[in-house]
Order: sequence, then structure tokens, then C-alpha cells
Amino acid sequence: MLIRPKEGILDPQGQAVERALPALGFDGVANVHVGRLVELDVEDAAKVPEMCERLLANPLIEDYEVLTVE
Amino acid sequence: MKFGVVRFPGSCDEVDAVLACERHGDAEILWHGERDLHGVDAVVVPGGFSYGDYLRVGAIAQFSPVMEAVAEFARAGGPVLGICNGFQVLCEAGLLPGALLPNTELRFLCRQVDVEVVNAGTPFTRACEERQTLSIPVKHTTGRYYAPESTLAEMEAGGQVVFRYAESWNPNGSVRDIAGVCNATGNVVGLMPHPEHAVDPLTGSDDGNCLFASVAELTAA
Repeated sequence: MLIRPKEGILDPQGQAVERALPALGFDGVANVHVGRLVELDVEDAAKVPEMCERLLANPLIEDYEVLTVE
Repeated sequence: MKFGVVRFPGSCDEVDAVLACERHGDAEILWHGERDLHGVDAVVVPGGFSYGDYLRVGAIAQFSPVMEAVAEFARAGGPVLGICNGFQVLCEAGLLPGALLPNTELRFLCRQVDVEVVNAGTPFTRACEERQTLSIPVKHTTGRYYAPESTLAEMEAGGQVVFRYAESWNPNGSVRDIAGVCNATGNVVGLMPHPEHAVDPLTGSDDGNCLFASVAELTAA
């Protein structure tokens, strides 16, 4: 699961990283957001969205994306 | 009256909360693994770093056995106060609206701030005056209150904004300077500042007493 701050919510962590990259000479960087990655093995992948809604993400402030690797 | 103060693994302000409560009644610690609230009249969910604040602040604590009992107590109208991490836990548990995000400046803040009482009608503010300014410390990294605009409008209309940082005192970028809120029925209150650290003039301010006195008076009445 990739979990990131919802669009439109101020993400000071992303902003700090965005300011740091040009300082190292990496120009042309925009829209930096810092989220988190949750990896797990699960028997029934259909349960994953509910896991995200109830615990792994806070839907009020975060969006999540589920990536499946067989 | 008897206060119950929750202790999670990682709580760190529960002893100060008990000492603050004991100025106004009896108090005991409620262990996170127990469902029994021992017949307390009010519950305080204190500050700290419950369950290491892993995943998100307050996210894991909401599922502890004691929180199931606290949620039931709250739904039955029992007075519940969440302070700092306790406020974050109550928001995560859905007992309070909104969420707490990292401070705009991404730094840990520890300072005395002026906080205005906006709603003096809750069980934890009834001994305060409306618009009274309280000098109370904040100490947090994740204290930026956020709720969507539509929720904020409902909250303002329903008197659910209980505390605001006084003008120019907002330390963390909270939306509309909100420092503390309550649920729709008013019996669950949460705030980022720490009233339990402001109960003795020796430490600079005893303004925090009015929150504990409010609920003590209520249950005595």
C-alpha cells in the first residue's frame, strides 16, 4: 500500500524535501510528497481496502493505493 | 468524584494528569489492556506516544481494550478529555471530528501559549468564562488541527470549537487557530495544550485547573 497526504493538504515534509533537492543541484523538481509504504502478505486481497480505511490510512487526510504482487 | 486516567504503553503525561485530577477529586490509572473503567465519573486520555506513535499518531491506541470501554462510556454521555496524544487518539477513534497533522514548521514545540475558551458550556469548560484566556503549555510535533471546510462550518455552528489559540499564538498552523474541539453532544473534549501541566503557580500558571474543576463541579452537582 502506498499512502500519501491527500491532495490540497499542506505537506510540509514534501516541501522541505522539495527545497533541499535544488540545494544539491537537482533542479526541475516539483510536487514532492512524502508518504509511506506498507508491505504485507495477505491470503484474501479483497480485505486490503478495509484495512486501509480502518487502520493503515486515515481517509480524512490520506489517500492510499494498493499494489498487488503475486 | 473519581477520575480515570488511561495509561498506554508510551504514555508519559499520565502521572501529571493524575496529580491535576487529584486537586479536584480522586483519580486512578486505567491500564490499556483492561476493559473495566472501575466506575470512574470522568476519563482523561493523556499525552505521550501511545504504542510508539507507530503508523500514525494515535492510530493503534484506538483499538486497545480500554478504548473500547472509553468509547462506550463516551457514547453513554460520560465526560472524556483527551490531551495532546489523547486528543489524537480520540480523533483517530472517531470520537472527535478532524485529525492532527505535523506542525507546519516540522519542529517539536514546547512553549507556553495563550488559549481562548470559545465554548464555556462543555463539561470541561463550564467553570471557565467564555473568551477567558488561559496560559497553558503546548509540547508536540503533530498538533496541526485539520478538518475539511464543510466539517468546520458544522463545528462552528454547533459550538464544537472549544478552544482557540489567542490571536498570533497559533504555534502549529492549525486551521482557524483551533486548539481544542468537542463532539456534537459536547461530552468528549480534546485539546493539544496541556492543562495538567498548568495547575500550580510554581510552574508559572495554574489556569489549567479550570478544566478539571469544571467536570468535578458537574459530577458533584
